[in-house]
Amino acid sequence: MRMHPLLTMTLQRLGFGLLTLFAITLLIFFAIELLPGDLAQEVLGQSATPETVAAFRERLGLDQPPVQRYLAWLGGIAQGDLGTSLANGREIAGLLGARLGNTLFLAAYAAAIAVPLALVLGLLAALYRGSWFDRTVNVATLSSISFPEYFVAYILMLLLSVKWGLFPSIADIGPDAGLGTMLYRTFLPALTLVLVVTAHMMRMTRAAIINLLAQPYIEMARLKGASPMRVILRHALPNALAPIINVVALNLAYLVTGVVIVEVVFVYPGLGQLMVDSVTTRDIPLVQACCLVFAGIYILLNLCADLLAIATNPRLMSRR
Amino acid sequence: MDLHAVKSTPPTALFGMAVILLVALTGLFAPFIAPYGETEVVGLGFEPWGGDYLLGTDSLGRDIASRLIFGARNSVGIALATTVLAFLAGTALGLLAAGLGGWTDQILARLIDLLISIPSLVFALLLLSIFGTSIPMLVLIVAVLEMTRVFRLTRAVAMDVAVMDYVEAARLRGEGLFWVLRREVLPNITAPLVAEFGLRFCFVFLAISALSFLGLGIQQPTADWGSMVRDTAQLITFGEVVPLLPAGCIALLTVSINFVVDWMLHRASGLED
Repeated sequence: MRMHPLLTMTLQRLGFGLLTLFAITLLIFFAIELLPGDLAQEVLGQSATPETVAAFRERLGLDQPPVQRYLAWLGGIAQGDLGTSLANGREIAGLLGARLGNTLFLAAYAAAIAVPLALVLGLLAALYRGSWFDRTVNVATLSSISFPEYFVAYILMLLLSVKWGLFPSIADIGPDAGLGTMLYRTFLPALTLVLVVTAHMMRMTRAAIINLLAQPYIEMARLKGASPMRVILRHALPNALAPIINVVALNLAYLVTGVVIVEVVFVYPGLGQLMVDSVTTRDIPLVQACCLVFAGIYILLNLCADLLAIATNPRLMSRR
Repeated sequence: MDLHAVKSTPPTALFGMAVILLVALTGLFAPFIAPYGETEVVGLGFEPWGGDYLLGTDSLGRDIASRLIFGARNSVGIALATTVLAFLAGTALGLLAAGLGGWTDQILARLIDLLISIPSLVFALLLLSIFGTSIPMLVLIVAVLEMTRVFRLTRAVAMDVAVMDYVEAARLRGEGLFWVLRREVLPNITAPLVAEFGLRFCFVFLAISALSFLGLGIQQPTADWGSMVRDTAQLITFGEVVPLLPAGCIALLTVSINFVVDWMLHRASGLED
């Protein structure tokens, strides 16, 4: 029996995603082995006594062969056990849970504003290409892309928080804050992300649409006398979906890692802040776990984009 | 460049070139321009603006204006070295992959795909936690991560050139692989590589500054824009603009480079509008 091409492609992408994830676990784990010399000695420093070094090696399991350690680690992950933190001996899975939730909340908050805004602006800039609107937006977004996140963040903090006192400068979400309070307290970090991501997404949307409008079949539709509205809705839009989905996914993936800096600026208790803290204390199991979670989200988003792009491809949707 | 060419250049690109030149000169002649030394403690902590200290002093009493000037040398210099390293490695591997093809190409390309599938900031954090934070390590880690992008571009454009007749002819007359890559392929892919160099420099510069800002990149007492933002960050809650100065320097330079690259790409694409 021949499978539907849509199903075959979906399965292919899923398999490829899993394979990538597996390869990433290898990379994350064996990166430690790249260190010339002994990790325990390196982390503890020259002044450590042989006893502390030996104890450290045992806690990290460094006294066992690497392949065995990898398999144990992978087996643990499959069962939701990410090991224990070196800094405080707590379960990593428990530490990550709440932090991940906070990070996803912030990213979703920013995405909910940025995606519609960027798509509308990008579409307008593409349609009125070369106009003063397009040029202004071009310079503004090019600048915004080049700004480091913390520059944008501190400007917003200085103006909206310190000078005008509209929003809190520290995004401290209490344990029992309602949704409204949370949205208010995390407004500044969310706005920072919106500004940075919108610029990227808008430029890419504009480029995708312009590229599309230059296609021969759009010219053909215009020449045969179809109304501009019909050209856009009937001819351009179905084909524009795939590139636009790609643009959105790419930027959502960027959002998830872009939060690292923003979380640190606004002291937001998210995964990025946790990762930066654990890099400072060289809590390697925790860093590995954070890295895996970030990479997992990244791959998942790209996979979703791939699948959505396949599902909305008009050439695959039509019956053969 | 004659007067006509200057007139037809968009103001954004001219502005960008002026800023790049200014930063380069500041970096080169930093010790002659700066009123005080890079790590010299010249007064009390947090001296106000004006008077002896143009932009005041930081928490340890070092002159902020002098440290900004030395930052042009350190931050930009380190980023430039990293970019050059990334380009040497990326171009060499990319050319090799395109020239050899077959298994070498497949293995290299898949390895690079794997490196790209982890967000680079996150990957850099992982490597820094393992190898520790020192400037040579930082340069090496960021160079390897950015090298992946250079590799991809070089491989893609070199593959287009590698199938050209003149390359075929050179191979048939018995030239070695190295000669063909250097004399036939490389000269024909320099244009996209130059534009890419500008963009990559921006990414490298932003990445290193971000890591320094997080306290994991260039460390005290070296004057660096990213870590200066971190050191003075708490002042923002008192309504001071001091942390915005180094951050603004970073932003100004990256914006300028982007303006110039944007103009170069636009010219190369041959579009009139």
